[in-house]
Amino acid sequence: MVQPPALREGNKPVVNRETMNCEQVWKEVSNYLEGDIAPATRAAMDDHLLTCQRCRSVLEGSRNVIRLYRDERMSDVPAGFGRRLEKRISQSVRAQGRGWLTWLIPIAALALLAGGLRWENSWTKARQLRADRAHWVTKIPPDMKVVVSEGAKDFHVPGCEVIRNKDNLRTLTAREAIREGYVPCVKCMRKYLQTASNANAPPDLEVQAETDFEDDGKSPLR
Amino acid sequence: MAELNVVVDNPGSGTTPEQDLIAQVQRGHHGLFYELVRPYERRVYAAAMAILRNEADAEDVAQEAMLKALANIRQFRSEARFSTWLIQITVNEALMRRRRERAGMIEGIDDQRDQEGEYAPRDFADWREIPSESLERKEVRHKLAEALASLDRKYREVFILRDMEQLNIQETAEALGISVASVKTRLMRARLMLRDLLAGGWDGGWFSRLPFEKGTNPW
Repeated sequence: MVQPPALREGNKPVVNRETMNCEQVWKEVSNYLEGDIAPATRAAMDDHLLTCQRCRSVLEGSRNVIRLYRDERMSDVPAGFGRRLEKRISQSVRAQGRGWLTWLIPIAALALLAGGLRWENSWTKARQLRADRAHWVTKIPPDMKVVVSEGAKDFHVPGCEVIRNKDNLRTLTAREAIREGYVPCVKCMRKYLQTASNANAPPDLEVQAETDFEDDGKSPLR
Repeated sequence: MAELNVVVDNPGSGTTPEQDLIAQVQRGHHGLFYELVRPYERRVYAAAMAILRNEADAEDVAQEAMLKALANIRQFRSEARFSTWLIQITVNEALMRRRRERAGMIEGIDDQRDQEGEYAPRDFADWREIPSESLERKEVRHKLAEALASLDRKYREVFILRDMEQLNIQETAEALGISVASVKTRLMRARLMLRDLLAGGWDGGWFSRLPFEKGTNPW
């Protein structure tokens, strides 16, 4: 059996355009305004609307309702709403910024610490101590002029009596000597540091001292 | 040439100013977010108000929704309308707020059912074109708001989201968690009821001071 056009054209309830009554039109008014209606139903409604003033009133009234309420003036906001919203957004954005800082500070601190450790590591490892029996001592000024001799393990204040191989001396700073793996001579360096300590010289370098010459284990360099 | 030194912050030709703003905010220029949402602040507030019906709650939820949108701005995809995305976030926030506040309360049974299309218009006054100037009058806006507020929640919410916020039927259904068929039914009833309420307003005289000819409806 061949279906009538209204059945084939859409999924909407089939409405006979010749007999569509007011109640049927009212049910479809909203869909009509949405454009969500089968062509056959629309055609039937159009036919009905041509002759029915009551239904035209319903359709036009509904259309006007939508138009009225869609107007932006219908969406009033309390006085100061925009200002308060802007302020709250700004506070949130600032808080986010602070949030980054809050994280950034410990991260930066960790980075510094890690960097410091690496530097410290590179400092100690690079110099490959020439003496096995060495331990940490402090208070040697890094720019102090010291002498080292070929084949020896320690560096000395110039003129130290225990310098070996005096024919082959080289002058350099304490920092350079330490970097090259030399360790301070406990004989001359003790004297120097005692003198410096008496003169309140600022201590500022940490190195290792060879203990070869120590007899009592109570070196002031320790 | 001086032009060569200008840093171009536009992600591509053919984008709208809004899309450019969105892209900038997505890249971390959060200071521009208020500029982006300012055109929609009324609609966001209205969406919250439609559900909560309390000015203080609606404002708070509107603000919360905006902040949530900012926090999730990278998830916004350009194929969606930004305004729709904002409204949907707002509706979600408002519904959650209402659920929290009404936790333990039992909704009226009648409120949960749709009366399938059973609504017959009561007023058949011939409405002409609405003079948009009428909306300049606070009194008229107040009466329209009153009429809307008098609708059952389920009709009011659908009407506001579809007809005022201009979400489409599918988006309205998703925002409210109801079926498309329910949206259509509720929308039909809401429109017809409002039409009747406003026609009654005409007869009751709240447009009577408008400068229309005697015996002529204002629209």
